[in-house]
Amino acid sequence: MSTVANTIFSPETAARFDKLVTIYPLKRSALVPMLLYAQDEIGYISDAVVTEIAQRIDLLELDVHNVLSYYSMLRTKPAGKYNVQVCTNISCMLRGGYEILDHCKHKLGIGHKETTKDGVFSLEEVECIGACCWAPAIQINYDFHDDLTPDKVDVLFQMYRDGQGKDVK
Amino acid sequence: MPDVKFTVDGKQLTAPAGTLLLEACKTAGIEIPAFCYYPGLSLQAACRMCVVRIEKMPKLQTACTTPVAEGMVVTSESPEIAQARKATLQLLLGNHPLDCPVCDAGGECELQDMTFKYGAADSFYAEPKNHREEQKWSPVVYFDRPRCILCYRCVRMCGEGMDVFALGIQNRGSSSVIAPNVPAQMSPDDLAHVDCEQCGMCIDACPVGALTSGTYRYKTRPWEMNHVSTICTHCGDGCKTTLGVRSTSDGSEIVRGDNRDKSGINNDFLCNKGRYAFDFANNEDRITQPLVRQPSGEMKPVSWEVAFDHVGKKFRELRDTRGGKSIGVIGSNRTTNEEAYLLQKFARTVLGTNNIDHHRTADYATFAHSLAGMTDRAASLKDTLTAPAIMILGGDPTIQAPATAWNIRTNVRNNRARLYIANASEIKLRRQAKAFAHIAPFSYGALASFIAGDDSAVDSLTHPGADAASFHNFRNAVRAEEQLLVLIGSDIRGGDLKRLLAFGTTMPNRKFALLSDYVNSRGAADMGLLPDLLPGHTTLAGNTTFAEYNAPSEPGLDMLEIFEAAGRGDLSALYVVGSNPVSRYGVDPSSLKNTFLVVQDMFLTETAALADVILPAANLYEKSGSVTNSYGDLQLVSKAGDRAGVRTDFEMIVRIADKMGANMRELIPFGKGPRGAGTHGDMGQSRGAHSGEADQHAVWLAANNMEPKLSPFDPFAILDEIQRLVPGYNLLRLQLLSGNDQHLQPAVSTANLVQISNRRDLVLPANDTLFTSGTLGRYSTMLSDLQHNESLRPPTGLTQIQTAAD
Repeated sequence: MSTVANTIFSPETAARFDKLVTIYPLKRSALVPMLLYAQDEIGYISDAVVTEIAQRIDLLELDVHNVLSYYSMLRTKPAGKYNVQVCTNISCMLRGGYEILDHCKHKLGIGHKETTKDGVFSLEEVECIGACCWAPAIQINYDFHDDLTPDKVDVLFQMYRDGQGKDVK
Repeated sequence: MPDVKFTVDGKQLTAPAGTLLLEACKTAGIEIPAFCYYPGLSLQAACRMCVVRIEKMPKLQTACTTPVAEGMVVTSESPEIAQARKATLQLLLGNHPLDCPVCDAGGECELQDMTFKYGAADSFYAEPKNHREEQKWSPVVYFDRPRCILCYRCVRMCGEGMDVFALGIQNRGSSSVIAPNVPAQMSPDDLAHVDCEQCGMCIDACPVGALTSGTYRYKTRPWEMNHVSTICTHCGDGCKTTLGVRSTSDGSEIVRGDNRDKSGINNDFLCNKGRYAFDFANNEDRITQPLVRQPSGEMKPVSWEVAFDHVGKKFRELRDTRGGKSIGVIGSNRTTNEEAYLLQKFARTVLGTNNIDHHRTADYATFAHSLAGMTDRAASLKDTLTAPAIMILGGDPTIQAPATAWNIRTNVRNNRARLYIANASEIKLRRQAKAFAHIAPFSYGALASFIAGDDSAVDSLTHPGADAASFHNFRNAVRAEEQLLVLIGSDIRGGDLKRLLAFGTTMPNRKFALLSDYVNSRGAADMGLLPDLLPGHTTLAGNTTFAEYNAPSEPGLDMLEIFEAAGRGDLSALYVVGSNPVSRYGVDPSSLKNTFLVVQDMFLTETAALADVILPAANLYEKSGSVTNSYGDLQLVSKAGDRAGVRTDFEMIVRIADKMGANMRELIPFGKGPRGAGTHGDMGQSRGAHSGEADQHAVWLAANNMEPKLSPFDPFAILDEIQRLVPGYNLLRLQLLSGNDQHLQPAVSTANLVQISNRRDLVLPANDTLFTSGTLGRYSTMLSDLQHNESLRPPTGLTQIQTAAD
């Protein structure tokens, strides 16, 4: 049972949040994990998310916005169904990460932090995703795809379009 | 804390352990520059300007976060340090616009000063500047992002200092931005705004021109103004505000109010009214010519001579034919002590009446009489900053006395003072309180009794939210305090106040203060604008202090009785100085139809509209004299603005008295004393009861090769008399004249105390808020704008701003 009436989250997430608040010496320490879980569930950090999280840990909405805007992985607009994150840090860069990024931009017709009109894909240039050994790599939602070439990317996109991609949450 | 010894630039210094290096250096006269450091707020170490070299430490250290240590050896300036600071400045300037020639802060900018000092005018950074449009956060707060150097002073000032938390920091790195608490996407007009108390402290703290004030921005340059430190006319705290004035074709216009030198009783603080609400002085609607009602009923502008002649003649005629008792006088909470004193002296000695009153906003008579014969029982505003424990009974300092609230918050934050609050409302300061007793509505009388030890009174305090035990706990905690400062709101008065003080003064180390609403509410009462009390709360009966007055010994009519008398047709004349009783007390205009009404005011108020003669008055910012704040702190008022066509109330009272044929040298001790003629300063030899006593002001002036008072319009002539006669006003002249505050204790003689229980309770708290200030506030455009601004948004419950119109 959630401690917040009319929560916007699912019962599981709400229960998780109830617990999160209790496990830190300071309630506000639960802020970043909450934002991440909320983003996974809602898709982005909406104003309603901000309001409820602020209420849960006794912060002002302004405080939540302050933290939220600091982290580039937290977004305040909905992403596509599949959020394509292209790494351009050093290993990927040396192995053609920017080529992959440019290819994605061209292929999807969108830029950094943009979403395709049909809402299927969104694109982000991100810092190291920890797949240096198999660079260049991209992450689609929470699923990794590595050792890429532009051709392989095309195949991947088609796979996701056809609904055969993994939708890891 | 024990002192530690350390060395800075080869100089041996000592400071208490725990002192920050930056502060210790400042005390020793060594300047270490800093943008983000602000005394009293939390440490940030964001700007890296205060870096110094400390021996045995590997890198340059920030002096703002390093406490001094025994044997520390510090270099505060060296080529290495200068280079580090220069590099910091180059980074800051990398994104700072070059709009200094139009920027409000130009000439007063810490970034300019530092660039000048360290010569970072050339830069390695050729990147395009990250421009953003300026934002209007509220009618008084504007934000220019490009100018911001991200010192976060404003964020801490708003959160820690004001307990408002309206500002935050968003994004990161060079795209960080100060963000207000109403983001654009949640705002009705799609623009970001602040939902706050609009105090402007963020603007004050801003080292550059990133935050600018709506009243001042792009109006002038700092060096084109004259800066006059005077006392704010609004609430009873009496903060020092520095007014920037500029000559205009019809006088001198006030363009800015701020807390420029932070030398006043308010230290760092100034609220929105002190900062912005000076604009009534520039209001177009000001009356600038004397107006006399013609037989036809219309008001006709006349010359000053004609107006004074008319008033003097009528007053004399009515006094002689219908008696002084048929004349009423109403004084003001915003005139100087000298004017208030002169007005009551004029009433009592020239008009021959005790029918004098003012809008009483707190019961100072009871306060003074309850503390009669005691010393060190009345607190100063300064005590709120240092007292180890404070209890607030009634009132709401956050909105009624913002400097008091600021001091208390600072005291709680920096000194861990314990705050106890008992109030019928959940006032904002309870967030700082150690204990908050939420009493039932209208139970302040019971609260006074309960605090004073009457256990049976607790039943009136309880309500479903608070049981009797909570009040007992509260009282026990308060009584256990060894030292306590008690602030009393205007909710407690008369017998309740007397009971409370009678008990409180039996306890050791208790100090008291009574909070009131306007700058000279206390002064008006102290100066005897009361029908039953002479200056210094001296009783009429059995008084010898004011024997030279020959005033009527019967108490006169009070405020309400004056209007009742008018309604009966018994009031021949009413002289209103700087007050609007018709609106404040809801007087029926027709009751004054047979009364000769003279009003001295700035505007055509409800009272002035009924007048037979209106005399255009100067306001507190356009005169000199002294005022006494709620706590009894006396401060000097200096003339800042000027408006052609108006005169000070002091001059007008003198001229009317002159036209009535009064003995001017008895009314005002100027020149060479009552019967002397000539232009010598009165050295005191010729002054009635106190002949032979030296006139301290004249002695001081003579000693300093300055002119003694030669003019009857010099308020300091009356200050002499106040000092000579009024109990409690044994002031230090040099202290006053050098712009310092001094605390005065009430000193009523215990021989003749008034029967408090027999006095009518005529206290009418003004209930002004942050955005209202009695009748005067209505003529401040900025206050109207702020009220409108507040009305646009529903209260968030966050800052608890109330906008009840007065």
